[in-house]
Amino acid sequence: MNTKKEEQWDLIIKPRTPLFNLELQEIWKYRDLLLLMVKRDLTTVYKQTILGPLWFVLQPILTTLIFTLIFGEIAGLPTGEIPAVLFYLSGLIIWNYFSETLLSTSKTFTENAAIFSKVYFPRLIMPLAKVISGLLKFFIQLALFLIVLAYFIFLKGLDISLNGSFLILPFLLLLMAGLALGAGILLSALTTKYRDLIFLINFGVQLMMYATPVIIPLSDVPPRYQWFMTINPMTPVIETFRYIFLGTGTMDVSGLLYSFAFTTILLFVGIIVFNKVEKSFIDTV
Amino acid sequence: MFPSQPVIKVEHLSKLYRLGQVSTGSISHDLNRWWAHVRGKQDPYLTIGEPNRVGKGSSDYVWALKDIDFEVQQGDILGIIGKNGAGKSTLLKLLSRTTSPTQGSIKVKGRIASLLEVGTGFHPELTGRENIYLNGAILGMTQTEIKRKFDQIVDFAGVERYIDTPVKRYSSGMYVRLAFAVAAHLESEILVIDEVLAVGDLEFQKKCMGKMGDVANKEGKTILFVSHNMQAIQKMCNKGLLLKNGLLSSQGSMEKIIQQYLSDASPNQANVKIENGQSKEMMPGYATDVQIIDEHQQLIPEIPVGKLWSVKVRYQINTSLESFVFAIGISTELDVAIRTVFTEPHKIGPGQYEAVLSYTDIMLSSGKYNIAIGLSNYEKTFAYYPDVACVWISDISDVRDEKIVKTKATGLIINPLNIYVTKIS
Repeated sequence: MNTKKEEQWDLIIKPRTPLFNLELQEIWKYRDLLLLMVKRDLTTVYKQTILGPLWFVLQPILTTLIFTLIFGEIAGLPTGEIPAVLFYLSGLIIWNYFSETLLSTSKTFTENAAIFSKVYFPRLIMPLAKVISGLLKFFIQLALFLIVLAYFIFLKGLDISLNGSFLILPFLLLLMAGLALGAGILLSALTTKYRDLIFLINFGVQLMMYATPVIIPLSDVPPRYQWFMTINPMTPVIETFRYIFLGTGTMDVSGLLYSFAFTTILLFVGIIVFNKVEKSFIDTV
Repeated sequence: MFPSQPVIKVEHLSKLYRLGQVSTGSISHDLNRWWAHVRGKQDPYLTIGEPNRVGKGSSDYVWALKDIDFEVQQGDILGIIGKNGAGKSTLLKLLSRTTSPTQGSIKVKGRIASLLEVGTGFHPELTGRENIYLNGAILGMTQTEIKRKFDQIVDFAGVERYIDTPVKRYSSGMYVRLAFAVAAHLESEILVIDEVLAVGDLEFQKKCMGKMGDVANKEGKTILFVSHNMQAIQKMCNKGLLLKNGLLSSQGSMEKIIQQYLSDASPNQANVKIENGQSKEMMPGYATDVQIIDEHQQLIPEIPVGKLWSVKVRYQINTSLESFVFAIGISTELDVAIRTVFTEPHKIGPGQYEAVLSYTDIMLSSGKYNIAIGLSNYEKTFAYYPDVACVWISDISDVRDEKIVKTKATGLIINPLNIYVTKIS
């Protein structure tokens, strides 16, 4: 009673917070929410569908078949020495992860405006949940890819020498997730003010696929146009992924470093802008 | 009692809104605005009609809240009242951290959970069970805490049978009950509630109020409550905060605050001037003033329950009428008509008149009542004013009358009615 020391407060709400404030502690405190959000994302998508989670693998299978038919058979685009199915499937699962995560995280503010205006929790939970649920989906598709790969190796006699490079896979996934998250939250922050961006993002992502080696291997692109693909930070990710599992393409260290630098800066800027918008966006929606 | 200690301390809290830059959400608008600016024209998207309370016309800035200071002690149920635009919602938004203050600070001890709208974050495709977990987590509970409270929540909401059904198949009542149940069982030390009790059926509302009281009294939680429902506020809260145009008008015991709020409203509430518009001279007649007065002819905005009151109406008659009837109606806030009183049809000439409705026999219980008036000739109404004024009968009574047994929860009319009990066998 007689201690006159400064009172202890658990929370102080003040006008300004540091520019770069990750609030990792806060996110840790809300880890259960993150978990439940991931679960929600995964379970609600295919509720009331007959095939349910099968859609997770049906999507890439069907797209791969169409790509193989149109780009491989009809257009006769080269895929190097590996079977077209493996080539397209490997590119697609990576690209799908990136594009879907980017699209869903870029809607963070617009889709959650109602809930954000009512309750506080670290806003980064929402995009993080999308990144994680997307990763789980990606692992299912990766398993599909490995099954198809095994089929080609054991039944079709495809000769692939697996080397130690697969150790780099976690790093690749980190790049892939970081790029999608960084770009997604940056765009989501900007869309609170400029709704026009929503339309731009939607078809922009579709078009961007052509600036990656999903359909054409980097080595088969005329050198004149190669810069177009190499400035895309997703290109080294896809190329390296193919190098790990299929032994083709390149494992370009400088390209990976470029992607890494790009991801770091993008995440940094994304979090700053996201945090800034998070504080006041309720006043501007 | 343990010495109460502040759990919330608000210091110099201010929130500034900028009118000129209200986001319009598209690049084309921004370009348009820039183009208008270049030509020296006014911003074409400036929101018009914003309640610009400070420095009208001279500034693009509005202080939604200015220099608010208050403390909340542990276990208090603090009611925040004020007119629309007084800054209640802004204060709650700041407290619940959905927006950040411009100046000042809020210091909080313990977890703060806001329950601003029931069902926030419910996902229609998920089952009741899944939604309890998800909603609890959104409101800041951990899974173990929810697990511990799960049965209580389900029990309170009364949805055991439907707990594994997607909530989109719930009736709206069940939905609301479940949502409230989750929020009411939060393990946070401070609860912020905004008008949520206005949902569900009456029985459930009572249950909610009871629960809120329990939460504060037995569990020692602190509750901040915003409502327009004076009765609910008066029943629940022990401390009050009155906001006026973004400023803290006064704070103290809830009764005192409510009285002040009511007396603030007095000039317009007890003395209504009626606008009749341009065409009034063309009408056979029209009403000009409505006053609510007490037995001493004084204006009275808030009538202590049991005290006599009258309605005085002034009206202007322009032409001679053969069969003029003047009528006053009283209805409850929910538009249930209580009584309409008519004068006998009579001849009337041009001039100004005054009519007084007085009574001695009926005692209405506390609440808000609406007054309607009508003027007619040969049963044809030529001037009708619905809800022209309202009468506020307060719970607080200065009448020492043994006839008034109970003023609350006994119905609309509180005249003594007796039950005689005799033993017949």
